[in-house]
Formats: sequence, structure tokens, C-alpha cells
Amino acid sequence: MSDWEETSPERLYVITGGRSGASAPAELDLVTLIVARSGPKPGMQPEHTAIVRICQAPLSVAEISAYLRLPVSVVTVLLGDLLDQDRVFARAPVPPARLPDRALIEAVIDGLQRL
Amino acid sequence: MDFNGSEQAAALERGPRSEDVLPETATAAVKVVIVGGFGVGKTTLVGSVSEIRPLTTEETMTQAGVGVDDTAGVASKTSTTVAMDFGRISINEELVLYLFGTPGQERFWFLWRGLFEGALGAVVLVDTRRLEVSFDVLGRLEERGVPFVVAVNSFPDAPRYPVAELRGALDLPEAVPIVPCDARDRASSRDVLMTLMRYLQTLATTQEAS
Ligand SMILES: Nc1nc2c(ncn2[C@@H]2O[C@H](COP(=O)(O)OP(=O)(O)OP(=O)(O)O)[C@@H](O)[C@H]2O)c(=O)[nH]1
Ligand SMILES: [Mg+2]
Repeated sequence: MSDWEETSPERLYVITGGRSGASAPAELDLVTLIVARSGPKPGMQPEHTAIVRICQAPLSVAEISAYLRLPVSVVTVLLGDLLDQDRVFARAPVPPARLPDRALIEAVIDGLQRL
Repeated sequence: MDFNGSEQAAALERGPRSEDVLPETATAAVKVVIVGGFGVGKTTLVGSVSEIRPLTTEETMTQAGVGVDDTAGVASKTSTTVAMDFGRISINEELVLYLFGTPGQERFWFLWRGLFEGALGAVVLVDTRRLEVSFDVLGRLEERGVPFVVAVNSFPDAPRYPVAELRGALDLPEAVPIVPCDARDRASSRDVLMTLMRYLQTLATTQEAS
């Protein structure tokens, strides 16, 4: 179900200003929830504006990538900028070191049972 | 390969439908990875239980990591696009579970940093017509210490084996659950996830006891 438009490597290079995923914050996981601190401001790069717009409610890094059709590696670089500028904050995923946490698993089981 | 500026601009206008917006109270997220060979039913399973229409994220893989593909006409292509479908289940007001359906080849897993490292566990989807494609996946997950259960998708023309025979063929320890599943069925797919969670609980109990 790949209906993504091919975004060329050149285009992605322009979006991130040539920075690779290596310059993205290490704590950003696919399921880190991102929330904007305010609305988009004039003069922001279009990709930054788009992220701030869709993150008015919590949204995972993976969802941001899917909606904006930008690879996660590009989204995390852009999120690094927005975090630096205090425009968004990140709700870290439940740290794997604590897993398997019985209370957490029980919560998931309860949730699945209601499905 | 020209990018289409207007299409990309249109993508920047996209976002979740109003019914797909998470509540402000959503503060924590966990993930489970659905892994299996080509066409085994990963996307179907994700779609069956997801509260949102499955979404796709893509990452580009450079030639260095890919076997040389000399299909006529794509000789100039220097990169391969790898897609991963995912879905979401709101567990409660605070906790969200994400399900990622990822291809079985380990070289793709590195495209998404921390895909398995931060996961609660994995579901390995198996097609009994092509058991051999699962061997590699199972070995890699064991190496990485990712807890997993095996779900056997019931394709109509697929041979049925007793669980013990499958366990032997897949060389799996007694403790690893093997369950039949119909990925098209919501309840069946939900039960697979439930099996994984119960298994994680036994692992936690064993850990606490030792
Ligand atoms: N009979 C039967 N068919 C299934 C089942 N699960 C999936 N299918 C069918 O198998 C086909 C492939 O399913 P997908 O969900 O696209 O498989 P996939 O693993 O996501 O495939 P790729 O992403 O292309 O590797 C579809 O036509 C599904 O309808 C199942 O449990 N039983
Ligand atoms: Mg698929």
C-alpha cells in the first residue's frame, strides 16, 4: 500500500539542511509522543510548521512520518530543531529497561480485553 | 527522479482525521513488532486490531545494504524504499500501544532505530507453506533477547501440523507459545496479542522468582 510519492534524496537533503539522522536526538523512538507547545509561527520552515500543526494533540514520531510522508530519519532531525527551540516537547516511551513490568503488561491485557 | 514539489507540499497539509486524534491524557506509548515473511499477513493483522486505518512509514536504503538488483530499467536506481505498516490501540486514557509490521529480513530492521530494542515483544507470523523463511527471524530475535510468540496464519491451502511438530520444525523451546490465527479476524488477532502479553507476564514472574 505504498502510495508515498517518491521524495528524492536531494529533496530530503534540502529539508534537513544536509544533516543525517545521526544528528537527531537519540531519545526519540518511533513511539515517542510529541506535543506542540504552541501553534505554528510565521516564518518557520514548512516542514516544521506541519509538525507543530499536527502535534497540537499528542502524536507519535511514526505517525508524524506517515502523515507528512517523510522518513522517520528526516522527521527526527526536524524534531531535534523543534525541541531545541522549545516548540514541542517529547513524552518519552516507557523505558525498555523497566520491561517487562507486570503492572504495565496487566494494563495492556485489560485494554486488549475491552477491544 | 524528479520530486514533485506540489505533491510533497500537499503531504504537509495532511494530518490525523478528527476521530484519530489522541486525547491530551495520552502520556506513554509502548510497541509490539509483528514480523514475518513476504505476504504472510502482517498488514492484515495490524489492520484487524488497529483503531486507526494502518499507516505507512518509509525509509530509504542505500545500495550498499542491498543485493544488486539488475532488473532492466532500474539499473540507475541507487536506493531501495522499505515500507513499514503500523497501527494503534489506545489501551486506556494514558497508555497507547503501537503495532509495527516489519519485513523478516534483519537488514531492514536497522532502518528504524530502536524498532526492537524498545519493544515489549514480537509476534512472529508464520505461513506453514513456507516455514523455512521464519528460521532466520526466530534466530535473530533469540539473539537479541526479544521475547516473542509464534502465530500460525491459517491460509486455506496451507498444511496443518500439530503444535508439537511445528515446535520441532522451528526448533523452539517449550515455553514459547505457538498459536493458530486468522489475521483477518479481529478477535483472533487480539488473542495473539493477548498470548504475547500473558507470556511476558510469565517471563516477568520467572524473573522475579530467580
Ligand atoms: N486465509 C487467510 N488469508 C490471509 C490471512 N492473513 C492475510 N491473508 C491474506 O494474505 C494476503 C497478504 O496479506 P498482507 O497482510 O498484505 O501480508 P503482509 O505480510 O503485510 O505482506 P507484505 O507486506 O507484502 O510482506 C492478503 O490477501 C490477505 O487478505 C489469514 O489469516 N488467512
Ligand atoms: Mg504488509
